[in-house]
Amino acid sequence: MSPVTEGRGRPRAGRLLALLLLLAGALISAAPFYWMVVASTRDDSELFASPPPFLPGGRFLHNLVELEHTIGFGRVMLNSAGVTVVYTVLSSLISAMCGYALAKYRFRGRRLLLGAVLATMMIPFQVLLVPLFQMMASLGWVDTYQAVILPFLANSFGIFLMRQAFLAFPDELIESARIDGAGDVRIFYQVVLPVVRPQFGALVIFTFMTQWNAFLWPLLMLNTEDKYTAPVALYTLIGQSHVDYAGLILGSFLATLPLMLIFFLFQKQFVSGLLGGAVKG
Amino acid sequence: MTKRKSGGGGPARAVRPDAPRRRERWRRRCAPWTFAGPAAALLALFFAYPLLAGFYQSFTADRDGVTTWVGLAQYRRMMEDPVFWAALRNTGLILLVQVPVMIGLALLLAFGLNQSWLRLRSGLRIAYFLPAVTMLVAYSVVFRVLLKTDGGLVNQMLGAVGLPSVDWLNGPGWARLALIGSITWRWTGYNAVILLAGLQSIGREQYEAAAIDGAGPVTTFVRVVMPQLRPVILFCSVTSTIGTLQLFDENYVLTGGGPGNATTTPVLYLYKVGFEQLDFGYAAAISWVVVAVIGLISYAQFRFLGKEKSR
Repeated sequence: MSPVTEGRGRPRAGRLLALLLLLAGALISAAPFYWMVVASTRDDSELFASPPPFLPGGRFLHNLVELEHTIGFGRVMLNSAGVTVVYTVLSSLISAMCGYALAKYRFRGRRLLLGAVLATMMIPFQVLLVPLFQMMASLGWVDTYQAVILPFLANSFGIFLMRQAFLAFPDELIESARIDGAGDVRIFYQVVLPVVRPQFGALVIFTFMTQWNAFLWPLLMLNTEDKYTAPVALYTLIGQSHVDYAGLILGSFLATLPLMLIFFLFQKQFVSGLLGGAVKG
Repeated sequence: MTKRKSGGGGPARAVRPDAPRRRERWRRRCAPWTFAGPAAALLALFFAYPLLAGFYQSFTADRDGVTTWVGLAQYRRMMEDPVFWAALRNTGLILLVQVPVMIGLALLLAFGLNQSWLRLRSGLRIAYFLPAVTMLVAYSVVFRVLLKTDGGLVNQMLGAVGLPSVDWLNGPGWARLALIGSITWRWTGYNAVILLAGLQSIGREQYEAAAIDGAGPVTTFVRVVMPQLRPVILFCSVTSTIGTLQLFDENYVLTGGGPGNATTTPVLYLYKVGFEQLDFGYAAAISWVVVAVIGLISYAQFRFLGKEKSR
């Protein structure tokens, strides 16, 4: 729990140097975020002026109105929210259920399924891009949200994470619930899932963040502007001949805010979710 | 590999005494699939099928809208394709330079953040982790603007100390450096937090025992800390390696693979071949080579990792 490398009698100068280095690194790490705040409240001519501005300006509202005008920013954020919430709910449940089956049942095809899950974790999804795109095209699903959501609902990282969590769950509890007359589905939702809530929470947060960030697949699938999700809309802004940088950065900043907010609120769970099987304890 | 957990039949074994036998047997067979079914169906439909379809496709070529079987021609073409090799070399460079530098930095950071005298620890940890939770497009946008050749903040700062400005995203060497720098900026803190968790799982008494045995800081580090941290370091290396082999988003948005092909990666190249040149057969062949390379490297690393764990 507590940090342990006690530098007994270590010279003060060394500590000061270490602290300064750590602070400098933190500054490099976090500075772009401060700069985003500054940039999103300026206009382009101020942004690239010499010397550059180091304090926020007064153009926030102006930039926001402009952004709404160019890409329908409110609409785009709502699209993102809708897709992300639907995806997160379905994907977390499907992954948790599959993880449960893999951990607690012995059935025909179990090893094959586990192997497939592990293989999916290693194969980059970009490899599936062309065939998957053609599949969606032949289904007539291009430019629909189901095409964005469905192909990646079975999340192998989530399945694996939940399987690890369920493996630690005692079989005796499941059996006693069964003797009490509970069905398999009821046992899963009322007995098992509540116990692994921390890991499930980590999975939900992780899934939400991944989908909110999703870029390439939605970019390929969606081609009507009013269906764009936030990352797609922002990317199309980059490609335009006249780029309004201040607006672009404002949009980027606002679209990143939900991720930061969730990270601040659920820091511990998020980190434990990322860690997966890396560190025990 | 897989742990055999409890007896056969699992929880389905305990039977309600009054339940009819046939229904019980049916239930026992179906229960696992009510849970695994949706995921299995999705994986078969949207993973296995396109993967195999792509494999078939890699032996075909499209000419004037007609798909013909060409055998290994696409793979042969790849062997002689300078862009494909350039993409592989770029990935190799990032693997050899960026991954060790980043893991080294993350290790230093983790040690720094683990010092007991350190104040502001949680604030620092958040500052370092923040880049990993930035939206991908946002971070690329920010780097594009910061690195803009005329008027970008980085060049202005170089100018302020009397250095000439740099054509960051348009010079091959500089573009690579920019890409490597931005990946490092984004993922160092993330790895540091994982390593920090590993460091914190080493008990205080182990340091005390080492101190009693007269071990100095270096000996303590080499003999006590490193052996226990090794699995975590390996985990970080494995995930970073796989991430590098799959590198796409960062260079796609930041440099578009350019200038020339200086920052093209195999996955970006297969994307271009597939979606810009609409050369599906060739894209499929590249996909399969990428899969094979990732499979091989991951397999080797997992073997290594597994061996460490079972010690």
